[in-house]
Amino acid sequence: MWARVRVNWFILRTCIEERLVYRGDFAFATLVRFLPIVTQIFLWGAIYGVHTEAYSAGRKLNSYTYHDMVAYYLLAMLARAFSSMPGLASGIARDVREGTIKKYLTQPIDMLSYLFWHRMAHKLVYYFVATAPFVLVFYLCRSYFPGWPDAFTITAWVISLMLAFLVGFLLESLIGLIAFWYLEVSSLIFIFSMLNYFLSGHMIPLDWLPETITAVIQFLPFKYLAYFPAAIMLDRFDHPELVYELSVGMAWVIVLLVANRIAFSRGARRYGAFGG
Amino acid sequence: MPAIEVQGLAKTYRVYQKREGLLASIGGLFRREYKQVHAVENIGFSIETGEMVAFLGPNGAGKTTTLKLLSGLIFPTAGEARVFGHVPWKRENIYRRRFSLVMGQKNQLWWDLPAQESFRLHKEIYHIEEGPFRERLDELTNLLEVVDLVGQPVRELSLGERMRMELIAALLHSPDILFLDEPTIGLDVVSQRRVQEFLKQYQASHSITVLLTSHYMKDVEALCKRAIIINEGHIIHDGPLAEVVDRFSHHKIVEFQFASNQIPGDLHRFGQVLETNPPRVKLEVVRNQIPGTLAEVLAHYDVEDVSVHERPLEEVIAEIFTNNRSRENETEGAGLPTEDGRASLSAQS
Repeated sequence: MWARVRVNWFILRTCIEERLVYRGDFAFATLVRFLPIVTQIFLWGAIYGVHTEAYSAGRKLNSYTYHDMVAYYLLAMLARAFSSMPGLASGIARDVREGTIKKYLTQPIDMLSYLFWHRMAHKLVYYFVATAPFVLVFYLCRSYFPGWPDAFTITAWVISLMLAFLVGFLLESLIGLIAFWYLEVSSLIFIFSMLNYFLSGHMIPLDWLPETITAVIQFLPFKYLAYFPAAIMLDRFDHPELVYELSVGMAWVIVLLVANRIAFSRGARRYGAFGG
Repeated sequence: MPAIEVQGLAKTYRVYQKREGLLASIGGLFRREYKQVHAVENIGFSIETGEMVAFLGPNGAGKTTTLKLLSGLIFPTAGEARVFGHVPWKRENIYRRRFSLVMGQKNQLWWDLPAQESFRLHKEIYHIEEGPFRERLDELTNLLEVVDLVGQPVRELSLGERMRMELIAALLHSPDILFLDEPTIGLDVVSQRRVQEFLKQYQASHSITVLLTSHYMKDVEALCKRAIIINEGHIIHDGPLAEVVDRFSHHKIVEFQFASNQIPGDLHRFGQVLETNPPRVKLEVVRNQIPGTLAEVLAHYDVEDVSVHERPLEEVIAEIFTNNRSRENETEGAGLPTEDGRASLSAQS
């Protein structure tokens, strides 16, 4: 057990060192990610008509004021900082296609936990660089937020961010593992990211959608990637609802973990070791 | 106890067959044809602990597939294999700690970090204690002459230096068996020799079992006493490397140096004249006609010097691969495992 913790710690450490090699590119990429936030706030401003004479502060679209919408968007972006996994699925697919997956199959390591700690390192370095800009953006937009919720809700929010990371990782790695069956999965990854953008609530809050659609989305894990953490901080759930939603989120983590394990063990059995 | 025992091992791939042209590509969207490719067919051999065996064959012969099967990277279609009593494709950690697979074309070190970071991670993955780790690292870096390079990012190393680092990573946990797939591919002559010398020295001092595939006969000649030759998924020879030339080459090279630059004009009746460089001539003569040829030439011509050589191994192997199809038909039944697990030689000799 201790040995396993040590191995994971070393994987994490080595990955962090690797992430810090190209510091210029990394810092630039992290900062550039904040640009869409600004354009999106302007876009919502135009949708609500904030710069028109007809606009009044109380104007609501689907129960969201302009301020609610900006707050939602910023909180959803924060959740995405936990749940987005750029390059994870395509990296697994590349490893399968080019045969570099060999290191996971011939060494006494577990590929999924290796990738998990690799991603954790990726995220930690990202937070290290992105915390200051995030704080600045939230500070500048502080007037848009309804105020701090109670401690229970904040705790639920912190847990929901961890769930966002876990669900995001497990969904993306599951897509990547499909490469064991279909070598080329780039179109699938593209479709998945489009669906993810829409179904997670990244594009618009999920309660904006027609009830028939939300009824279905309720049963999918995507909402844990953006909508759920953002909606918590906007006080849209009472305490029993929070407990229920977090439990369902954890159940999704278990289901996806089992699905990943099955996919990996079947895929690795099917694996033909391509690429010489 | 044998380190490796293989019986009736087979691996068949299903490969998509695309016809030529755009229409065929569109047709392929709806209906596809597949072909069964038998990468390895019913092979059997046994390797003793501490042996260093060469696995030879042309591209696509099934060498790498066999190494992948033995390292548990892929599952076989049929047959059995045991490496130190373990079934490789069960991928048990206990087995994965006992071997290493080095592929000359695949890099497993962290590209952007110095090799020492990868070594540290290996130390943890393989649970190597600090003391033995330091000792092994010192030993290996000294033997491979890379002490000063372990702190340099891997991407900045030359191909030869990188391969030496790969070997260190592969040997840090003291594996009992080492699978080497083209370890010197792409290396210059100096680097090739350094890797060869290292492997020879390391194998001698640690009695590790090594299964090596290489296209460079120099590697094979320098390192292995035994060779298994595989072609189109079948073993066509399993025995001492020295026997390969005896068995597959029916000719030897006879070189005469005559007393004058006047070369006799009828030498072709003894065999093929390979090279004429007065006063020297090289002939390729059928083995059993060598005594007669020597007697006759020495009796009738003024010869200053004579020498008889085997044909170079490289040439013989190349010929085996080229002529394999016809040879296979002549020697049907070859490659079947005998009682001691090795392929029958008599049928082909």
